[in-house]
Amino acid sequence: MQDHWLARDSTIRRLWIAFIAILAAVALVDLAIEHHPYFGLDGTFGFGAWFGSASCVVLIAIAKALGAVLKRPDSYYDE
Amino acid sequence: MSSLAVVPPGVVLIVGGLLLPFLEQRVRRLALLLLPLATLYLVWLVPDGAQLHARFLAYELTLLKGDALSRLFATVFALMAFAGGLFALNQERVAELAAAYCYAGSAIGVVFAGDLISVFIFWEAMAIGSTLVIWSAGPSARRAGLRYAAIHLLGGVLLMAGVAGEIAATGTLAFERMALDTLPRGLILAGFLINVGAPPLSAWLPDAYPESSWSGMVFLSAFTTKTAVYVLLRGFPGTELLIWIGLFMVFYGIVFAILENDMRRILAYSIVNQVGFMVTGIGIGTEMALNGATAHAFSHIIYKALLLMSAGSVLYMTGKRKCTDLGGLFRTMPLTAVCGIVGALSISSFPLTSGFVSKSMIAEAAGTLRLEAVWYLLAAASAGVFLHAGIKFPWFVFFQKDSGLRPAEPPWNMRTAMILFAALCVGFGVAPGALYALLPFPVDYVPYTASHVVFQLQLLLFSGLAFFLMLGWLKRTLTITLDVDWLYRRVGISLAQAFDRGVAVAWQGVTAAAERVTRDVVRAVHRHHGPDGALARPWPTGSMAFWATVMLAAYLVLSYL
Repeated sequence: MQDHWLARDSTIRRLWIAFIAILAAVALVDLAIEHHPYFGLDGTFGFGAWFGSASCVVLIAIAKALGAVLKRPDSYYDE
Repeated sequence: MSSLAVVPPGVVLIVGGLLLPFLEQRVRRLALLLLPLATLYLVWLVPDGAQLHARFLAYELTLLKGDALSRLFATVFALMAFAGGLFALNQERVAELAAAYCYAGSAIGVVFAGDLISVFIFWEAMAIGSTLVIWSAGPSARRAGLRYAAIHLLGGVLLMAGVAGEIAATGTLAFERMALDTLPRGLILAGFLINVGAPPLSAWLPDAYPESSWSGMVFLSAFTTKTAVYVLLRGFPGTELLIWIGLFMVFYGIVFAILENDMRRILAYSIVNQVGFMVTGIGIGTEMALNGATAHAFSHIIYKALLLMSAGSVLYMTGKRKCTDLGGLFRTMPLTAVCGIVGALSISSFPLTSGFVSKSMIAEAAGTLRLEAVWYLLAAASAGVFLHAGIKFPWFVFFQKDSGLRPAEPPWNMRTAMILFAALCVGFGVAPGALYALLPFPVDYVPYTASHVVFQLQLLLFSGLAFFLMLGWLKRTLTITLDVDWLYRRVGISLAQAFDRGVAVAWQGVTAAAERVTRDVVRAVHRHHGPDGALARPWPTGSMAFWATVMLAAYLVLSYL
C-alpha cells in the first residue's frame, strides 16, 4: 500500500526544492526594497536571513550544552 | 441598560460555574456556551470609570471600574471561556468545567477591580479555581497541583503583605500606576511576577499545566499569566527591571522548549517565552510598547489556546503526549494539524497572522527608543520562537516519523472551537484594525510595510532552514530537563529528610542521656536507701547499746566541763 502523498520521497524532494527557491527569493528581494534600519547591522544585506539562522544555531547550541548538564530520564521524579 | 451595567461580568461566570454541576447534561452544555456570551455582552456594557462600590471593614472597595485596558482583557477572557467551553463540551469531569468557569470569572474580576483589595480577592479566587482545574485531571495531577497551589499561595502572601503595606503607607486603596520605590510596592510586584512566570520561579508553569486534562490546559494557558500581564500593565508600566526579566523569560522559554519531549510542556515553556515579550514591552513603557504588550496578550490568548486545543485533541484521541510516541498524525487528523499549524504560524508572528501585527509593535518600540541590545535580542528571540514552537510542535506531533497511530479527528465541538480560533488568528492578522481599535492608546503603526514583511519572512524561513539542517541535534529523547523546581522537588525533600534524620538522631541521644542519668540517680538512691543500702540496714542491738553508752559517757564528760 502506498503511503500518503505528502510522505513520499518524491514529494519531500520537491518540497525541499520549493523551500530553497523561496529562501533565495526572500533573501534576494532585499535588494529591491527600501530599508529603515534603526542601527547599523540591521541594514546589512539579508539581515533577517543571516541573523535568524545564526540565532537559531546559537540557541540550539546553548540548549544542547544546558541539556548535557540538566537532562535526566523522564522517570526522574516518579515517586 | 444602565441597571444592567452594574452587574459585574465576572460574577455571571462565577455563579454560573458554581451551578454547572447541578444542571442536567443538555442544559449544562447550553449553559457552557451561553454564560460566556452573556458575560461578553455585560463586559461591553461596563462604562468608563468606577461603577460599583462595596464596604469591607473600614474600606470602600471599587468592585467594578471600566476603561479600554480592562475591557480588552475582559473581552478576550470571555471569548476564551466561550471557545474553551465549546472545546470542553464532552469533558465528563464536571468539576473541571465548574472550576474553569469560576477561574475565568475571577480573572475578569481582576481586570475590572478598581482597588488593591478587590484585585487580591479575585487573584486568590483564581488560584483556587486553577488549582481545582489541575486536580480535576485525576490522581496523576495531585502532586503537581499541590506544588502549583503552594507557589501561588506564596505569591498571594507576598501580594497581601505588599497591599497591606501600601495601604498603611499611603492610606489609599487605589490600584494605579506605581513607582517601584518602597518595600510594599516591591512585594506587590513580586506577587505579580510569580503569576507572570518570571524567574526564579518560572518552573511552576511547565510543571503543573501539562498535568491537567486535555481540556484543562486550554483554560489554564489563558488566564493566570495574562491577568498578571494586565496588573503589570496597570501598576508598573515603564519599570526598567521588567525589560530584563522579560528578556530572560523569552530565552528561558526557548531553550527549555528546545530540550523538551512532552508536546504540552513545549507549549507551556512557550507560554513563558511569549509572556516574556509582553513583560519586555511593559518594561519599555512607551505608548507603542504598552499597546504592543496589550495587543500581544490578546492575540497570544487566542493562538496559544488554539495550539493547546490542537495538542489537546491529539491527547484526547491518542492518550499520548510525548513527541517520541507521536508523529505522522497529519494522515488522519488533517484538520487538527492545519489548525495547529495556524496557531504555530501565529505564535511565530508570521505575516497575515495575529502574532505578526501585535508582537512587532514591541520590537518597533525598542527600535524607536534606540534600545539596541533589546531590539537585537527580541529579533533573535523571534527566530527562536519559530524554532521551538512554530516548527517544533507541528513537526514532531503531525509529521516527523510515522508512529503508526491512526487516530480520527476529534468530535465536532472540538473541531469547531479550533476552526473558530484559527479564523480569529488569521482574521486579526489580515485586518488588524479591529484589534488596534480596542487598544488603550491611539495606534499610529502600520505593520505591513515591505521591509518589515521581508525581514520577518527572512527571519522565520531561515530559522526553518536551521531547524531542518540541525534536526539531528533536535532529536527527541525520553528526558526531562531539571529546572528550579528541582530545588523543592529533590533538594528540599532531601534536606527535609536529612533534617528528619538529624532530629531523630539528636532525639535518640537526648533520650539515651536522660535514661542514663535517671538510671544513675535511681541506682545511687537504691545504693543508699535500698534494702542493702547503708541507711536502710537494720542495726544490731549491741552496736546500739554501745553507741548509747558512748553518748551518755560524752554527756557525763561534757557536764563536768
